[in-house]
Amino acid sequence: MSEYIMEVNDLKTHFHTKQGIVKAVDGVNLRIKPGEILAVVGESGCGKSVTSQSIMRIVGQKKSEQLSGEVFYHGEDLLQKTEAEMRKIRGKHISMVFQDPMTSLNPAYNVGTQIAEMPQIHENKPKKAAWQRAVEMLKKVGIPSPDKRASQYPHQYSGGMRQRGVIAMSLSCDPDLIIADEPTTALDVTIQAQVLDLLRRLRDETGTAIMLVTHDLGVVAELCDRVAVMYAGKIVEEGTSEDIFDRPKHPYTQGLLHSVPRPGHAERLQPIEGQPPSLHDLPEGCRFADRCPFVMEQCRNEQPDLLTTETPGHTVACWLEKEGVEDDNRRTRPRQQPEETF
Amino acid sequence: MNDIWYQFKKNKIAMFGLIMISIFILSAIVAPILAPYDPYKMSGGESLAGPSLAHWLGTDQFGRDILSRIIYGTRISLQVGIISVGISLVAGTIIGVVAAYYGKWVDHVLSRLTDVMFSFPDILLALVIMAILGPSLTNLMIAIGIVYTPIFARIARGSVLTIKHSLYIDAAKSMGISNVKIMWKHILPNSMAPLIVQVTLSFAFAILAEAALSFLGLGVSPDTPSWGIMLSEGKNWMESAWWIAVFPGIAITMAVFSFNVMGDGLRDALDPKLKNESS
Amino acid sequence: MIAYIIKRLLISIPVLFGISVLVFFMVRLVPGDTVTAMLGNSYTPEQAEALRAKYGLDEPLITQYALWLKNVVQGDFGYSQFTNTPVLEAILARLPITIELATLSVLIAIIIAIPLGTIAAIRRNSKFDYGASLFGMLGISIPNFWLGTLMILFLSLYAGLFPSGGFVGLAESVWGNLQSMILPAIALGTAVAAVAMRMTRSSMLEVTNQDYIKMARAKGVSNSRLIIKHALKNALVPVVTVLGIQTGYLLGGSVVVEQIFGLPGVGQLALQAITNRDYALLQGTILFIGSAFVIINLIVDIVYGFLNPQIRY
Repeated sequence: MSEYIMEVNDLKTHFHTKQGIVKAVDGVNLRIKPGEILAVVGESGCGKSVTSQSIMRIVGQKKSEQLSGEVFYHGEDLLQKTEAEMRKIRGKHISMVFQDPMTSLNPAYNVGTQIAEMPQIHENKPKKAAWQRAVEMLKKVGIPSPDKRASQYPHQYSGGMRQRGVIAMSLSCDPDLIIADEPTTALDVTIQAQVLDLLRRLRDETGTAIMLVTHDLGVVAELCDRVAVMYAGKIVEEGTSEDIFDRPKHPYTQGLLHSVPRPGHAERLQPIEGQPPSLHDLPEGCRFADRCPFVMEQCRNEQPDLLTTETPGHTVACWLEKEGVEDDNRRTRPRQQPEETF
Repeated sequence: MNDIWYQFKKNKIAMFGLIMISIFILSAIVAPILAPYDPYKMSGGESLAGPSLAHWLGTDQFGRDILSRIIYGTRISLQVGIISVGISLVAGTIIGVVAAYYGKWVDHVLSRLTDVMFSFPDILLALVIMAILGPSLTNLMIAIGIVYTPIFARIARGSVLTIKHSLYIDAAKSMGISNVKIMWKHILPNSMAPLIVQVTLSFAFAILAEAALSFLGLGVSPDTPSWGIMLSEGKNWMESAWWIAVFPGIAITMAVFSFNVMGDGLRDALDPKLKNESS
Repeated sequence: MIAYIIKRLLISIPVLFGISVLVFFMVRLVPGDTVTAMLGNSYTPEQAEALRAKYGLDEPLITQYALWLKNVVQGDFGYSQFTNTPVLEAILARLPITIELATLSVLIAIIIAIPLGTIAAIRRNSKFDYGASLFGMLGISIPNFWLGTLMILFLSLYAGLFPSGGFVGLAESVWGNLQSMILPAIALGTAVAAVAMRMTRSSMLEVTNQDYIKMARAKGVSNSRLIIKHALKNALVPVVTVLGIQTGYLLGGSVVVEQIFGLPGVGQLALQAITNRDYALLQGTILFIGSAFVIINLIVDIVYGFLNPQIRY
């Protein structure tokens, strides 16, 4: 048994549409240790949400949705499981928090019933005990007067409270891993901080691992142990928070960091030029080649694999790493680039 | 426009509806050429004859050729459709646009009136109007027209309300363009799509209503080759001659079906947003 | 919730009032003198005068209307010369048949529509879905009187499975009653089933795209539970509204269907009132049917409120 609770190897999710095959996820590798918070970062449309839903096998049900690769959970490949086996894992061992708490709670049932459903289906708890659990969970996520709140309906909750409710639901069977897909994107800034705090506190208390899918680097810096950067269906760089924020290797990661304001960094913001490639029609070589300030001949022809950098555990998929181009050299180049264009 | 046609063409069942409707219209126009017999000509010797080479769909109790009567029946159905839907469209649109445009008590009175009319089952309302006007083809068309007026009023009112406060209407007002002109030139064209769909669907209703009223004996006069009349007569003889009760019904169902699927197809083609959600 | 119910009630009152106005004046337009029609062929001028005074027919129209409304509110709908009974009595005697017919039709519609629409939505674009869509379209296109005729022709006359018409009271024989009601209920319910099926399908499609359905799957909920507990409860809300509106069709259709199958219900009574120019009866029946539609929709709105927690709380 490995040290990881989850190992995703070469996960591919392809959608067959009338316009052709959309390679939403195209060879993703991820590892998550127990109790760890892993961030999967990328622009919208890079396939990060599809990745999380593929791990849960929520996509991949229809004929037009094709899943391949391996998703090892405690050494067992989730992609080989039957739907019935998968159902026992969903919610009980791996649970999910979706982006929009306004729509991820069922309007027809009160919040308590929706939370209580988890222990009812996974632990065969009688109704009353399950309800008790629901109230407990609501209390745990910091909802005041949980007794009363449990019997209220989602529309009676504020946005932040709904997301707390969803988190309470995802925690109610004490899972090993919570996949949180942009859990704060739909919330107000002040509420975002509260929800992130809550996630960290819950991780510290329960030891559950969290895979946090987000486009918000601020969230990542604040909360996460390790970071995987995703671009056009692939992981392009992975490492600890320090690796990514202090020693970014991939030009995309660097670009991403330059395009958001960060405390302690006074330089002008530099957006990444251009658009990500269409997932219908991916380039043969590196997917970032068209936007990359360091693009080389090789980048256009061949896809780079994930390579380990000088820091163990810090990997990057970039030919520059293979070439061994001087680190300093690389750092200086992007600064020249914008001056030419302005 | 090309885009709408392109969308519509992709919808096979709606295209089927369009083709069937074209056939109906064509047979109405060339009925005298197409029909093998005079639809009114009785022939005592051939009464209640089953389908044969001479009479493909058989004959009725007076020996009249059913196929010929069905072909001539398209004329009645289409005439009822065109005129009664025309009445509802014009009256309903005027009522709806006026209600929405002037608002306040005008809107209140007109909207309550349409609510009240909606509270009567359409067939029953048409029956009562027929009782007032007396049975005849003209009165039948008026009755059906009145019954379906509230639907058009509601649609027109709704679409006018959604665009009434848009900037370009305000701009037109600020330039001193008269109310009637604003309604005619700016508001109506923007309400077209739902009205066109409703016109198509109302054709289906109108054909159905004519058949139902004629079936009940409160529609057109009994010797008219109307599908509803044929069914009403056929019902009395069906034990010995099933064809009298079957074929006119197929004609009604096909006509109504064609207008319904075409209306549905038009709605999808005219409202791409809706189409994306449902496909 | 109470505020919601009161609001609904308040909206219905002007509509009911409007119905009474429309019914009163519409029937007034029917050619012929009400009093002479009421009295039949032989009457004395004194009798006519007395009747005119009783119904206030010598007063201005507005006063006449007020008087008529006052009588109606007190349950006096006038006297039917056709049935030779007070109008209210005639209606009440026939009401159970129409209620039974309408209830059976709605039941048949629900039994067909909800499973069909749900499966069609789940297996979207499958052969089943196309079949269901075709049924939906044919169902709203086929005239109920023709469907009724066909069923009498093939199921009763040729196959002999059902009586071809006539009514057996519930008190006489429950089985016989059901036999005499089932075909009319199918004839009437098919269109309702088609409309409700289309609504169920589109509503299910919309609901199954919602995040809370994804969430429920992520919770490990089984497919059957997902559809029945999580999706259907939300999807049925608009279906209920559609069924309410369809009662208008049911009441109108009962005029036709009761006629074909010889069921002595309110619909048949209304038709007889029209053909016999029985004014008091005509006023009574259409007032009754119009009000029934408003009241049924009021009830549906209230049920809708109970189904939808956003209104309930």
